[in-house]
Amino acid sequence: MSHPALNQTPAPPATRTDPSALAARVPLQLVGPDGRLTEAGHLRGVDVDLARRLYRDMVLARALDREAVALQRQGELSLWLQCEGQEAAQVGSVHALADRDHIFPSYREHAVGLVRGLTPAELLAQWRGIAHAGWDPAEHHLHFNSLVLGTQTLHAVGYALGCRLDGDDSVTVVYFGDGAASQGDVNEAFNWAATMALPVLFVCQNNQWAISTPTSKQFGTSLHDRAAGFGLRSWWVDGNDALAVHAVTTEAVESVRRGQGPALVEAETYRIGGHSTSDDPKRYRTDEELDAWRRRDPLARLRTALTDLGVEAAWFDTVDADGRELAARTRAECQALAGPDLRDLFAEVYADPHPVERERASYEAHLELTGRGR
Amino acid sequence: MAVLPLGKALNLAMRRSLAEDDRVVVLGEDIGTLGGVFRVTDGLAAEFGPDRVIDTPLAESGIVGTAIGLALRGFRPVCEIQFDGFVYPAFDQIVSQLAKMRARSRGRVRLPVVIRIPAGGGIGAVEHHSESNEAYFAHTAGLRVVSCSNPQDGYRLLRAAIRSDDPVVFFEPKRAYWDKGEVDLEASPASLDRALVLRKGRDCTLIAHGPSVKVALAAAEAAEEDGVSVGVVDLRSISPLDVETLQRCVAETGRAVVVHEASTFLGIGAEIAAVVTEGCFRELKAPVQRVGAYQLPYPPAHVEDAFLPDVDRVLLGIDRSLSFGRTAAHV
Repeated sequence: MSHPALNQTPAPPATRTDPSALAARVPLQLVGPDGRLTEAGHLRGVDVDLARRLYRDMVLARALDREAVALQRQGELSLWLQCEGQEAAQVGSVHALADRDHIFPSYREHAVGLVRGLTPAELLAQWRGIAHAGWDPAEHHLHFNSLVLGTQTLHAVGYALGCRLDGDDSVTVVYFGDGAASQGDVNEAFNWAATMALPVLFVCQNNQWAISTPTSKQFGTSLHDRAAGFGLRSWWVDGNDALAVHAVTTEAVESVRRGQGPALVEAETYRIGGHSTSDDPKRYRTDEELDAWRRRDPLARLRTALTDLGVEAAWFDTVDADGRELAARTRAECQALAGPDLRDLFAEVYADPHPVERERASYEAHLELTGRGR
Repeated sequence: MAVLPLGKALNLAMRRSLAEDDRVVVLGEDIGTLGGVFRVTDGLAAEFGPDRVIDTPLAESGIVGTAIGLALRGFRPVCEIQFDGFVYPAFDQIVSQLAKMRARSRGRVRLPVVIRIPAGGGIGAVEHHSESNEAYFAHTAGLRVVSCSNPQDGYRLLRAAIRSDDPVVFFEPKRAYWDKGEVDLEASPASLDRALVLRKGRDCTLIAHGPSVKVALAAAEAAEEDGVSVGVVDLRSISPLDVETLQRCVAETGRAVVVHEASTFLGIGAEIAAVVTEGCFRELKAPVQRVGAYQLPYPPAHVEDAFLPDVDRVLLGIDRSLSFGRTAAHV
């Protein structure tokens, strides 16, 4: 695969003077909040099979999310980071990627994980306190959660640089939030990716709130506008419209894969729950605001659109049943999740032999002395 | 045997590693065309090209964060941080991301990343250019921390660090970059967790690393002239510590003095004093002495000679140790 050599001036990125980029300045919406196709939706048409897949995956994600909240309330999970409300931004975008495209998530991308084939047990392990990373990143081309905000954007840039050096045309995709966009790492990542014209797609789920800090206190300028200043192509999309997110992300990924440099998709969405199950969003958000966003619910919206397109009620019943089944499976897998033995961890910190492994003997002796050995 | 300065020996270690393994890449600020501000990467970009020796944007967190991503993709990145005092913007990427990712993955991922840091004072530099920050990294599980003191070891240790599947923070004493020594370029890579006994002694053991090794050796020579036999151990590896070698050497002399450039408060010397005391309490004839910097921010260059441990301060440390066990009249 041909690519611009590193340390050479890359082709100038598409900017606002590029007509296609100009057109992309408008937040794309294919299905309105009422479920009716917008003008753009009518123009583009709807791939009903794709819409069904997106809808089903959103239903599954919501079922898992709600069950996880219930499990946390019952003491089965120590914490859960809700993704309710953000299903379209996640499901729509991840379905636009090739399986080989490597993803770096933040920590709320449970819907992305489900689409990438993670089991409920893998998704819940970290929040049950039995692992720091519940899955094998190589198996699903999905890296672990990153809890220090924005750090993963640099990991994505490095991974993309590796893909470039390997002559591999896969795109590295990194998810982050509006709050993370204030971090230095994210801005270093934008700059670095643009400077080297790396195959990275940044996906920001702007869910309006960084715990209690609104985007109005986070940004001096919108993120998709900021992207242009770094030399990234950017798209702005209604993040509660799964079809629009899918369409926009598809364009962005293709642009990156063609070698047109890194890109950013800002999906305007909303988290219906708190930041985490420890948060009390009532302290900083009004009921009116929450109700307004509930009326833009991504699942209801696509369900109406699919119904209008002739999808029969029985199909929705099947999907709802699949959701209930996943919820039951989530509960069962969660309760079956057992923690590791501390003894096993001594050998897992270093790849090469290391004296810390001898501290295991000290721990074993302690177990023996206190009669806690198995 | 070639006679080379430390900087050149490190350059040759990278050159050989780049030639032996095409997954090795070197990245940092000004390391390509310029060859680094200390010229340690001189000529590497010309030989291996800009895809292997990568000039990066001016962003320390980016250098380490990107190296993590490269390692996850299967590369072996060797990062250069331009100066010790500039590593702090990358601190989170080093201690929270690089150090922990393998353990988080329960051993599923490898992070063979080397972070080279020109470190320490004594070159008359301005602020942020003379720090000894190894203790911050040594305190973090998941990292290996190495400090070289001479061209031969620099060559062998850097080759070993690049071969290691673990992250290594590699300290290079910048005032030793121009110190020459014999280098066997066919020598095998060194062990990354073994100290080196540079000099045997009967009366006292000096323990030092990096730039302080030269000071310790000079102090041992001076003590010898006064009839005191002093051994010198070069730590090389700060994390893990070679506890066995330290305890064996101290047990033989019954006295230990630790020398380093960093402040003694909560420094490497405190840990060494603890492990030596734990292992050699009965053999010790005196409490372990520490000779290091005062608990001050690194001072302006005009007074750094007074701030840094020199031969006289090490000799005083040896005297403090020897004074224990003598009668009061001799103190």
